[in-house]
Amino acid sequence: MRSISFLTRPGFFLVLACLSWGGAQAGILDYRRPPILPPPAGNESTPARVALGKVLFFDPRLSGSKWISCATCHNPALGWADGLPTGIGHGMQNLARSTPTVLNTAYNKFQFWDGRARSLEEQALGPILNAGEMHRDIDGLLRDLSAIDGYRTMFAAAYREDGISEAAIGKALAAYERTLITTEAPFDAWVEGNESAITDSAKRGFVLFEGKAKCNLCHQGFNFQDDGFHNLGLKERGKPDPGRYAQRALPAARGAFKTPTLRELSLTAPYMHNGAYATLQQVIDHYNRGGDVRTNLSPNMHPLNLSTTEKSDLIEFLGALNSTNPLTETIPILPQ
Amino acid sequence: MQSQRIALVIACLIPALQVRAEEYVVDQINKSFVMTGKPITALKLKKGDTVSFKNGDPFFHNIFSLSELQTFDLGSYPAGEARAVKFEAAGTVDVECAIHPDMHMTVEVE
Ligand code: HEC
Ligand code: HEC
Ligand SMILES: [Cu+2]
Repeated sequence: MRSISFLTRPGFFLVLACLSWGGAQAGILDYRRPPILPPPAGNESTPARVALGKVLFFDPRLSGSKWISCATCHNPALGWADGLPTGIGHGMQNLARSTPTVLNTAYNKFQFWDGRARSLEEQALGPILNAGEMHRDIDGLLRDLSAIDGYRTMFAAAYREDGISEAAIGKALAAYERTLITTEAPFDAWVEGNESAITDSAKRGFVLFEGKAKCNLCHQGFNFQDDGFHNLGLKERGKPDPGRYAQRALPAARGAFKTPTLRELSLTAPYMHNGAYATLQQVIDHYNRGGDVRTNLSPNMHPLNLSTTEKSDLIEFLGALNSTNPLTETIPILPQ
Repeated sequence: MQSQRIALVIACLIPALQVRAEEYVVDQINKSFVMTGKPITALKLKKGDTVSFKNGDPFFHNIFSLSELQTFDLGSYPAGEARAVKFEAAGTVDVECAIHPDMHMTVEVE
């Protein structure tokens, strides 16, 4: 019933282990690449499932217009996002939120900016059926896919029991997305002990990240996120967005959005759920001000009082999180 | 003689048997609920008992419940601080963190 003592906390031993490994790098092992979250039972990865998910991901016939695929917005040539402040969907309509990268979503315990889906399986059907995004009716989609020989073969090989079904589409897309993982960045090489992998400025930036700038209150571990939802005090750009509040009607959830990964940022501008910032300099300036709007501001946000050099050190550190050879993908020939 | 002794024993036991409300401490460590050093997902207690949720992380937590049986929102509080809830009705209460919703546990009130 008593609260546990400091000595019995696993974190204490981790700190000890790290201290003996290299003074300035306490906790550095927390940034090592972990295994991805296990897929739900019944959707273990197989080559047939990943191959099916890949063609579905690139197939515009999944949309009502037969013109928009997942890859239209999650474009592998643009860091698996779209380079736009907010997405453009069915009938060229502007969407309310920015398109996040699908890279490393295999590590997310919550999907979407407001966390409204838990698994990638559950998430994948969302955009297909969403009137604003791909605007497809599921019956029509299943009929069309069933009429394509190539898909009949692939679904049979990947999901014998489910067949061509809503469930199998979600599972296949999820199986494919679990293979879209960022490759080694200079920071990763440094974590493994290669001192010259990143610049001195990036090293100073990392110290700031964990120290004065307190970025790691929210951006944690290998994927630099915390499965958490925070209100950063961003100015609204359109209609007020309730964010996480739509899922949990609590003051702390109002205007709170999911912490995104900080990997591959050089490919995924503009930034934030509403695409408010075109550059990392603008993002850092936002944090340095402690946010702009005080209503429901996360209590973890404070003015940081960073010097110009400190800001550029932080940006240099974020640059060290870009993969040396970013994941590339070959465009598949679609089943006929 | 024998019966007197039994009576004495019973008399001594009465205060101990009296229903005393317990106070439990549930820590939040590394974004999970922890009790006496071990992660927990469920806690059984009696009507009238109190649970003190203690933040052992360097960042804020915000423990709440929107269960039908009992709703509460402890608000956001920093490292080292604890906030307590009394569980007044029998049944199951879902407890979550508003900032880190993967932090989830149930309190079963008997
Ligand atoms: C019209 C553009 C568009 C299309 C098409 C689209 N998406 Fe998205 N995607 C978005 C936007 C915008 C969001 C964020 C929406 C939100 O959070 O409310 C998103 C979110 C996601 C996420 C959550 C990522 C995270 O970090 O939370 C995943 C995964 C995803 N999409 C996969 C897919 C898949 C699979 C498809 C095809 C079935 C698809 N998307 C089609 C624009 C699109
Ligand atoms: C209170 C938690 C919190 C802290 C502290 C924090 N972040 Fe963030 N960060 C977030 C959240 C949440 C978002 C997305 C917010 C939104 O879009 O509304 C975000 C977004 C970002 C983005 C944009 C990523 C993208 O793909 O859009 C960058 C870059 C970033 N943070 C870097 C930093 C740096 C550098 C620091 C330290 C100076 C920092 N963050 C501190 C929670 C935090
Ligand atoms: Cu929390």
